[in-house]
Amino acid sequence: MVTIASTVNGRSTPGIFRKLRSRRYAAYWMVLPLVILIAGLVVYPFVYSVWLSFENKAETKFVGWQNYKRLLKYDTFWLVTGNSFRFTLTAVFFKATLGLILALILNNLPMRGQRLWRGVSLIPWVMPLALSSMGWWWIFEPTHSAINWIIVQLGGTNKPWLSEPYWARAACIVTNIWYGTPFFMIMYLAGLKSIPESLYEAAQIDGATALQRFKYVTFPMLSKLISITVMFSTIVTFANFDIVRILTRGGPRYTTHLFGTYAFSIGIDGGHLPRGSAVALFMLPVLAVAAFIILRNIARGEE
Amino acid sequence: MNLSLAQQKKRKTTYSYLALIPFLVFFLFPLYWMLLTSFKQDSEITSLKGIPLIINSAPTLDHYKFILFETRYVQWFWNSFQIAAVVTIITMVVSVLGAYAISRLRFFGSRHFGVGIFCTYLVPPALLFIPFYKVVGLLGLLNTKWCLLFLYPTLTVPFCTWILIGYFTAIPKALDEAAFVDGATYIQMLTRVFLPVAAPGLIAATLFAFTVSWAQFLYPLAFIYRDEEKVLTNGIYTTLIRGDVYFWGELMAGALLASVPVVILFAFLMDYYIAGLTRGSIK
Repeated sequence: MVTIASTVNGRSTPGIFRKLRSRRYAAYWMVLPLVILIAGLVVYPFVYSVWLSFENKAETKFVGWQNYKRLLKYDTFWLVTGNSFRFTLTAVFFKATLGLILALILNNLPMRGQRLWRGVSLIPWVMPLALSSMGWWWIFEPTHSAINWIIVQLGGTNKPWLSEPYWARAACIVTNIWYGTPFFMIMYLAGLKSIPESLYEAAQIDGATALQRFKYVTFPMLSKLISITVMFSTIVTFANFDIVRILTRGGPRYTTHLFGTYAFSIGIDGGHLPRGSAVALFMLPVLAVAAFIILRNIARGEE
Repeated sequence: MNLSLAQQKKRKTTYSYLALIPFLVFFLFPLYWMLLTSFKQDSEITSLKGIPLIINSAPTLDHYKFILFETRYVQWFWNSFQIAAVVTIITMVVSVLGAYAISRLRFFGSRHFGVGIFCTYLVPPALLFIPFYKVVGLLGLLNTKWCLLFLYPTLTVPFCTWILIGYFTAIPKALDEAAFVDGATYIQMLTRVFLPVAAPGLIAATLFAFTVSWAQFLYPLAFIYRDEEKVLTNGIYTTLIRGDVYFWGELMAGALLASVPVVILFAFLMDYYIAGLTRGSIK
């Protein structure tokens, strides 16, 4: 091929082939840092954590599935599993619903006000979560702080926020809803803007009510986006660490721990890295299902 | 009801604003409460008298003075800034080169790269911190802020690369050809054509990298225990909380001050960020 090309071009090294080859090499050089980073700092530590989870506490002996088997026998582990699912399902449900309502409200505002209030509504999501969680921690303080004072003014009684399981879980979920609702809003709002106005006009001519327009135009047009956003949020919520660590440290008596905080308390605080690793790896199936659904939706959108 | 179209529209706007109020109260109340607490005197914070939703006695700057002059807060601020800035630079170099190669220069496996990058979401910090504990220890970086320089890019690079692939792919191929005809090399094409055209994407990615680095809590909490090496998030959490009930004012002052840089950045650059975030999933 080279000889043919060179006779055609009348040059010793054909320009087009040199270009092709250099193009390929250039590409390899350019992705190299990215590959090194992902292989070295994501894939390798991940494989290492699997390996680690098969070792004993002192990391001197290979103990097979023992860490996993132990965990499955602990009541605490099942408590943490239940918490993680409850936390994720409740929080994601409320975030998805409130986010949709908020997006519909904002979409009705005139452009100027919409930009301003969209920005203001994003503040909870923009603020570093660890820092805003400290604010919520103080809000939930039972005697001197705001929530209980407001509840009492409205005729209720003091709630034992953060010291009784039910209320402590509620506090963590409320904080997560506060943090995550703006993310849903911003995704939905962008989705609403991408729906062609002509669809609504057609529906209006057909005499559709506002509710019918939502049900037959808005919702179907947004469904793919909703599914992507919900799954994305599921991943982030399921792997959440900051809120529970700061509000309750997993307490009272492990009743608010999530996989992430429990892994931290066993692995780092308790010094049992292999078992902490095993706890964290239990997150994998849920994360994998969510990521699979996202990828399938995105791929479908490209067809 | 026979309302004119203009009246109907006006009514719709009014109702929308009314419906917005509960959301704004929910979103902004914590900030208001934090701000209020940071200016209250300790005696008022712990008092049960009066309405707590306003400042009853004289406001005070004591909490701010305390964190600025009697703790290592300024040092943590500087540490946070250094780490976030360097991580942002690393992230942008790696992501720009990677995204450019993936979107324009076909090579073995380039089509599956997007999926591969996405799969890094399967391995969140809550899972990675345990193996990292060993790796960081092995490198002798435990208890220094420098370990964050190679941990944070694992959070920022995948997302930034993904954003930039979207922006680079949208650049018309005709521009490449024009550049090649003029004799541009691949690097020249990147710096003269792609970077200027994809500037909004670059801004979005930079903002993302900086804010994620600024906000990270788990890694510094797990790996840095020496006060002078801490960053804002773990410094405030582990140091300002003392054994008595009087720390709330300082804690709130510290948390608010630490949020200011991020909120300011967003106030100016939010539109780019939203565009970068949403374009991938809308189309």
